[in-house]
Amino acid sequence: MSQVLVIGAGSAIAEAAARIYAGRGDRLFLVARDAARLDIIADDLRVRGAEQVDVLAADLTDRDRHAEIIAAAIDAMPELDVVLVAYGVLPDQGSCQQNVEDALYSIDVNFLSVIAFLTPLVNQLEERAKGTVAVISSVAGDRGRQSNYVYGAAKSGLDVFLQGLRNRLDKSCVHVLTIKPGFVDTPMTAHIPERGLLWAQPEDIAAGIVTAIDKRRNVVYLPGFWALIMLIIRSIPEAIFKKLNL
Amino acid sequence: MADSLYTSWGRFPQIAQQGRRLEWRGDTLPEPLAGTNSLLPYGNGRSYGDVCLNRGGTVIDTRSLNRFISFDAETGVLRCESGVLLSQILELCVPNGWFLPVSPGTRYVTIGGALANDVHGKNHHKAGTLGCYVRALELLRSDGSRQVCTPEENTELFAATIGGLGLTGLVTWVEIALRQIDGPLLQEESIKFANLQEFFRLSELSDTDYEFTVAWIDCIAKGASLGRGLFSRANHTDGRSKADGADRGPRVSVPFQPPFSLINRLSLKAFNAFWYNRQRRKQQTRTVHYRPFFYPLDAIGDWNRIYGPRGMLQYQCVLPGEDGRDVLRKMLSDIASKGNGSFLVVLKIFGDRESPGILSFPRPGVTLALDFANSPEVFRLLDRLDAMTREVGGAVYPAKDARMSAESFQSYFPRWEEFAGFIDPAFSSSFWRRVTGDEL
Repeated sequence: MSQVLVIGAGSAIAEAAARIYAGRGDRLFLVARDAARLDIIADDLRVRGAEQVDVLAADLTDRDRHAEIIAAAIDAMPELDVVLVAYGVLPDQGSCQQNVEDALYSIDVNFLSVIAFLTPLVNQLEERAKGTVAVISSVAGDRGRQSNYVYGAAKSGLDVFLQGLRNRLDKSCVHVLTIKPGFVDTPMTAHIPERGLLWAQPEDIAAGIVTAIDKRRNVVYLPGFWALIMLIIRSIPEAIFKKLNL
Repeated sequence: MADSLYTSWGRFPQIAQQGRRLEWRGDTLPEPLAGTNSLLPYGNGRSYGDVCLNRGGTVIDTRSLNRFISFDAETGVLRCESGVLLSQILELCVPNGWFLPVSPGTRYVTIGGALANDVHGKNHHKAGTLGCYVRALELLRSDGSRQVCTPEENTELFAATIGGLGLTGLVTWVEIALRQIDGPLLQEESIKFANLQEFFRLSELSDTDYEFTVAWIDCIAKGASLGRGLFSRANHTDGRSKADGADRGPRVSVPFQPPFSLINRLSLKAFNAFWYNRQRRKQQTRTVHYRPFFYPLDAIGDWNRIYGPRGMLQYQCVLPGEDGRDVLRKMLSDIASKGNGSFLVVLKIFGDRESPGILSFPRPGVTLALDFANSPEVFRLLDRLDAMTREVGGAVYPAKDARMSAESFQSYFPRWEEFAGFIDPAFSSSFWRRVTGDEL
């Protein structure tokens, strides 16, 4: 039986992952902004077999609450095996170009607040010399593109931060997983009208995440074909790439 | 026609249906999309015709409403959101010794869709419809109100919503009473019968002692063999299953849509003769897992594609009384003489347990279900079958219909005007406008 902390538990991918753990009879601690939605998810996970589900409503951009979240989670689950960080916002690139506040807000949510939260958390895990930290990043962090480079910049910064953490924590047996999903059919992307072959369902991404955590993978692209797509995208020379409309 | 996200299982009619997703049961109803003027809940798109479509309107996509709320493993009472699939309920309740009280022929329907069509199954002669086991539901109406309806509270709205085709508002959650079982297996007997006479006799002999009865018939056989087939009767059994693993979904799928229907006179004749003669002995017994027993077609993903780009038409009618038996014979002769029909033609005797639903389809009599590749000739055939059904005071199943006339519908469902009084003013469907003569 594992003890799993889910940050951003209201996201479709996180909810689907939590269901997999619940089905295994694990213990969960869920954090999200909306208290009513947390209760709805918690009831569902209990019916699906979770041994225990605790919830805490909090906005992760409110850094004053990070210590409280970590303390409450460890209090409820002293063994804390897995931390899944799954929150984020997909900003409108156009408004980020017009409005500095929009751009900085998205950097704050997707990058700064994650660093602020992980820094004290991993110190605790390091001391106990166990646990896995799994963080949802994005393929968008692999290369800056005109259509979403503010989002991409935050995710790219996050990727480097996680690389460093992984390197630092390896000797403490604390594992760090970077998750890079492609297009996923969730409320976060509901405003994008086209749905093609590249789109995946949150349940499939969640299954990939849980497998990657079980196998202690370092970096996963989900679905796996994105590894190849991003390899190609990364290898296009900048002189050509800058002229592309991506 | 561009592939729409929202289709019906028969792939006829094909329309560019737009929808909006409802993520949480506490959310308010979405507004219809720009340029559209009505709403209709959409589950998993497994009804065959147009009860799940709303041409010129917006469907409310309920896929996200797939959360359980409570389950009591002692009493078998389950409460869940309306977008939960029956397959998900089975995965939860079978290991705990519970089963759906009534199940249709596919597990890939939502509980909300099953309720809105008041589905029935192989145990109708004993158990009635799913609606008989609904203990409570919450209805979200376009005026923003939420009404809990039970057999004792808001009874009229409850009766309108059971089998109400999604028109009375959005069902956010449902509470049902499950049925206790000793394990996932059934003991099934399959008995070969030579004609319709034998089918009726077998039904009479079996319907008391067997919870599940249904017959497959060879729709090509004529003359003295008219209505020959295989009669299946079964009960749950306490045997242990060697392989009750997780539900892994279909094992094979139809990978693409062929450019024409694979169902034709030749393939039908070959299949029907093969299937009838496959069972050598008069009677054989097997122990079978609930998935192949209740959901044989679920084993083949996207099987509806075999009917090609024009799609298919399903027809299910119920024919009451002695006259119904004569009419059934006439129908089968008509179908066999044209070489039409399908691989899976099903006959069953419905019982007399009444559903609370005003628009509920099942009623005492014999029910016939089959599908046809879409063609102009089939429309003429189905009009003839409708005339025969009307003649004996029968009915046709809205969940499977895409073409019945307003006249037929109103004769099959004489309480339709009473029902219309409960429709949410913001809700409508392609089916409803068609059968009430408001074509749009």
